[in-house]
Amino acid sequence: MTRLRADSRHPIRFKLNGRPVEGEAEPRMLLSDFLRHQIGATGTHVGCEHGVCGACTVVIDGMLARSCLTLAAQVDGCEIRTVEGLAPSADRLGILQRAFRRNHALQCGFCTAGILMSLDHYLRRHPAPSETDVRDLLSGHLCRCTGYTPIINAALQAAAELATAIEEKPDV
Amino acid sequence: MKPAAFDYLRAESVDEVLEGLSNEGGNARVLAGGQSLMAMLNMRLAKPKLLIDIMRLKELNRIEEQAGVVTIGASVRQAALLAWPELARTLPLLALALPWVGHVQTRSRGTICGSLAHADPSAEMPLALIALGGQVHLRSARRRRRLAASEFFLGMMATARAEDELIEAVSFPAQGGSRCAFREVARRHGDFAIVACVAVATPNGVRFAVGGVADIPMARDWPRLDGSALDDALNGFAYELGARNDVHATARYRRDLVRIIGRDLVREVLQ
Repeated sequence: MTRLRADSRHPIRFKLNGRPVEGEAEPRMLLSDFLRHQIGATGTHVGCEHGVCGACTVVIDGMLARSCLTLAAQVDGCEIRTVEGLAPSADRLGILQRAFRRNHALQCGFCTAGILMSLDHYLRRHPAPSETDVRDLLSGHLCRCTGYTPIINAALQAAAELATAIEEKPDV
Repeated sequence: MKPAAFDYLRAESVDEVLEGLSNEGGNARVLAGGQSLMAMLNMRLAKPKLLIDIMRLKELNRIEEQAGVVTIGASVRQAALLAWPELARTLPLLALALPWVGHVQTRSRGTICGSLAHADPSAEMPLALIALGGQVHLRSARRRRRLAASEFFLGMMATARAEDELIEAVSFPAQGGSRCAFREVARRHGDFAIVACVAVATPNGVRFAVGGVADIPMARDWPRLDGSALDDALNGFAYELGARNDVHATARYRRDLVRIIGRDLVREVLQ
């Protein structure tokens, strides 16, 4: 039995984008806050904090998840992917990210990190999505700037490009 | 929008869960997928002193089909049930309704039993449980019992689960090829239903169930009805549901949806 006391901090360790990280958290600390405040990975954004807006979406052990509806304590030992893991290297964007830039699929960018994680996760498993599929996926995200159309265009372009291109490897 | 402080217990056996629930009673809550409970905690609508995480218990992560009954354990996620190869054959209603539960991003974490425990009046899983006449398997340190769906839901977000009980599993009678139909109206796909309806063919006629209108999902069993007899039955039921006005829809609009969707679905399954 592992019982973590409410009034003290406990070590939490997991893999973030392939690298081991650790920090300390009270049981009530949300994964979104742990990523941002303990690890300093501020790419994951926090919007509504009750699972509706999708800004904080990350991938936990291969599952899309709202990091605001997940406790840091729950992911001890898990593998987590966040938006920081999408670019092949620090100075280059991935195919999906480039499609977003080309299509003006973001304006303020607040919702973008979550949408990129959903699309990246989805396109890896469904390489030839229809517009309906993309719209259905995006129903789990709120964007107040774009009206969604540029995001859908970017997603479909990225899917087409990913289908023909060999996945870009980090520069060595 | 941050939870109040609580102890967190990562259970390694069902006995630990039951012990925790029995010792802490109403101060303890079971944490499964967290897609309803975590939001309640963040908004401080719930302030338990102890959260008992059951998601690492393999014994609760089972989907079993036995003697015409499908039993789904407490830690089975909605996405896992949707991906179960036997779902469309055994429980076609759930295959139709599950894609309406939240979004891809929440179904990957949320559980079937968690959705029942939360008992939101507009949620799809309680509606399916009522429509198919399923059972909720409750277990505490002192007893085990099974409640029929009609006994389990008591009101808006209120169930017959005692404070020391864990929802160990839920079981649905396999549909055995009986026809069914599901339709939901919401502002956006994945939003809470304004009205959600189910029709299932029965040996004598049809069972019609509605969620999102009354405080709990409600069902009626009717013989084979058509024409004005069906319209009258639907109209009567639409009023019995006691629809209310809220920011999403008027009571009258909800009654209209029950009548219109109801006629389509009942005809569809009785064809």
